[in-house]
Amino acid sequence: MRSDGRLLRGAVLAAVGAGLLAPIALGLWETLRPAFGVLPALGRTVWSLEPWAELAALPGVRTSLMLTLWTGIGSTVLSLLLALGAAAALHDRIGGGRGGRWLTPFLAIPHAAMAVGLAFVLAPSGWLARLLAEPLGWTRPPDLASVNDPWGLALMIGLMIKEIPFLLLVILAGLGQLPVRRHMAMGRALGYGRGIVWIKVIVPQLWPLIRLPVWVVLSYALSNVDMALVLGPSTPPVLAVAVMRWFTDPDLAMLLPASAGAILQAGVVLAGVALFGAAELAAARLGRCWLRRGGRGLSFEPGLLLARGLVLALLATGALAMLSLAVWSVAWRWSFPHVLPESWSAKPWQMAERGWREALGNTLVLAAASVAVSLALAVAWLEGEDRARRGRAGWAEALIYLPLLLPQIGFLYGLNVVFLRLGVGGTTLAVIWAQALFVFPYVMITLSDPWRALDPRLVNAAAALGASPLRRLWAVKLPVLLRPIATAAAIGVAVSVAQYLPTLFMGAGRVPTLTTEAVTLSSGADRRIVGVYATLQAALPFAAYGLAFLVPALLHRNRADLRGTA
Amino acid sequence: MSLRLDALEIVGPGGALFPPLSLEVARGTVVTVMGPSGVGKSTLLDAIGGHLAHGFRARGRVVLNGRDMTGIAPERRRIGLMFQDALLFPHLSVGDNLAFGLPPSVRGRAARAARVDRALEDAGLSGFGDRDPASLSGGQRARAALMRTLLAAPDALLLDEPFSKLDAGLRDELRSFTRSHVETARIPALLVTHDPDDAAAMGGGVVQLGA
Repeated sequence: MRSDGRLLRGAVLAAVGAGLLAPIALGLWETLRPAFGVLPALGRTVWSLEPWAELAALPGVRTSLMLTLWTGIGSTVLSLLLALGAAAALHDRIGGGRGGRWLTPFLAIPHAAMAVGLAFVLAPSGWLARLLAEPLGWTRPPDLASVNDPWGLALMIGLMIKEIPFLLLVILAGLGQLPVRRHMAMGRALGYGRGIVWIKVIVPQLWPLIRLPVWVVLSYALSNVDMALVLGPSTPPVLAVAVMRWFTDPDLAMLLPASAGAILQAGVVLAGVALFGAAELAAARLGRCWLRRGGRGLSFEPGLLLARGLVLALLATGALAMLSLAVWSVAWRWSFPHVLPESWSAKPWQMAERGWREALGNTLVLAAASVAVSLALAVAWLEGEDRARRGRAGWAEALIYLPLLLPQIGFLYGLNVVFLRLGVGGTTLAVIWAQALFVFPYVMITLSDPWRALDPRLVNAAAALGASPLRRLWAVKLPVLLRPIATAAAIGVAVSVAQYLPTLFMGAGRVPTLTTEAVTLSSGADRRIVGVYATLQAALPFAAYGLAFLVPALLHRNRADLRGTA
Repeated sequence: MSLRLDALEIVGPGGALFPPLSLEVARGTVVTVMGPSGVGKSTLLDAIGGHLAHGFRARGRVVLNGRDMTGIAPERRRIGLMFQDALLFPHLSVGDNLAFGLPPSVRGRAARAARVDRALEDAGLSGFGDRDPASLSGGQRARAALMRTLLAAPDALLLDEPFSKLDAGLRDELRSFTRSHVETARIPALLVTHDPDDAAAMGGGVVQLGA
């Protein structure tokens, strides 16, 4: 039995090493070489700093860098503060597992679809302006750059609407592990206000539980491409978008400064994480002094109320954005000041039918394949841990988070080079592989806790009844864990559907998906057609979440102990 | 034929849990191991059944019917388990839980169903085969779990405080139910508990652990 476990663990380690680690490491390496002047395909074989000089001389690069730092760090800090404040104000009411349910649509919708919907809402001729038009007497859209604004505010709003629900979910899960109620009662009995107990007692205990997800949010905010393309400033854009444009420039010599830019992007994320780490240390030191002074601060409540109000306003905007996708996709005539379309039609769907059918088919194949591979690997990994009867080492945990912390643009170009060398570049297989790099971590993170929460005595009881390890897995663990497995699969589908850059780079533009099409069309194409693609793009994860809820509920409809266990 | 422990000792991260333990349980009898909570009673049963968690090591020997169990996988030891929570598999019906225990050597759908039905009847659970285990009362669950264990035809039975969660009336009933089934099956049984009444009701020897 022990040797069996070792074999499985060895196989998992080999698969993770060759399938996950090696591509990322090689991808980074193949980006590093041209960043320092080595690109044999162009006859460049000497290491040099020249690409960096070229990068520094590119127009707008400094502004791009500043924009990235401002939008990335700004939106992350604001999201974190607002999510913490809202959790403090709402925790009593929405605590526990149920609270997360109403966040699901915000978590499920791909970033790009949310961005497109927000553009529909925030644009000068968007829904907000239409709602304001009558009271303010506007007959034409206001002359205001409310989307793609040079300050990146629309991008920040978009990032916050996607990241606050994620952080709220993580915070609520963390709070579930803490004795919040008793500590709150204790603190208030000592004369501290609710908000102050929150800051002085609860948040310091919570932080270690949410640190890693916050870093993931920061990394994404500093390096995302699809949201920035739709909502962000365009000339110059944020760094990640600029780097992507240089990579796809017809002039192949641009690959050198582009690679330098990709490495710079990775450095920006590293620096951002280091900054958050330093801020944590400083806050801990200053906070301790502040704590020792014993201020009771009874007047902090307005801050919590403000946070709750802002979060609700942002989420309402997000809900409006999701709705606007569907409305635009069936609108026909809809001129400016009208709040609702003047005439409705299914024509947008018919006009784009060939396009969206192909994109939908590709998206479904990619999602099914990348989720299947990721789930199989995650189950094998967790089962291997069970058979060895040991928990996960720290390095293994870090390994899982690695693809989420590294900026995609930092290694995807290099990975493409590697794939081309392997002869799979530009194929569906390459896209599946690249997507699985990002699907697997989320599947693994989602599945790990419920898997470990399974009572080991249940499995021991099966063993005592003579069930082999394989039968224990098939007949006991997998069926009992069906609901979390289905949830992990749904999250995997959402992650796969949302992938923009990996699909674009690895597919070499030959594997159009709903996401790549929606982002491409969002700049300038007919809103109704964009609405069709973005609606489909948002509908897929929703459908996956619905199935993840329905299938276990149906199969286990007569099993009370399996209901309501997430 | 019996279950014998030869100087069995369990070494955890913090050293040995209790002094080496030797005892012998004859067929059809129940020996009770007593001790305060936290002394490692459940871990002792884990060691006998082959379920020790990583970081724990057993020294000494577990001998069942003359066979040394060291290094044998839990599913091959033929040692049944009963916990204070019945631990019926929540995704299976009561009948399917019992069928899970029935060895594959019992062939044929009808024969297997008949064996399960007889066991259900024996446990006073006739007609409960299709029920959700969650809908059973505590006593019913415990009886179903014992039947599931016995259907696997174990060579020995380990009982981990199986009565502690039941109320007083049910407890007496289940004690005699368990004892009579152990006698009928003619297998050795080892019970760990901190309740002296359990030991008295089982009528076998009593060993103090970690005294």
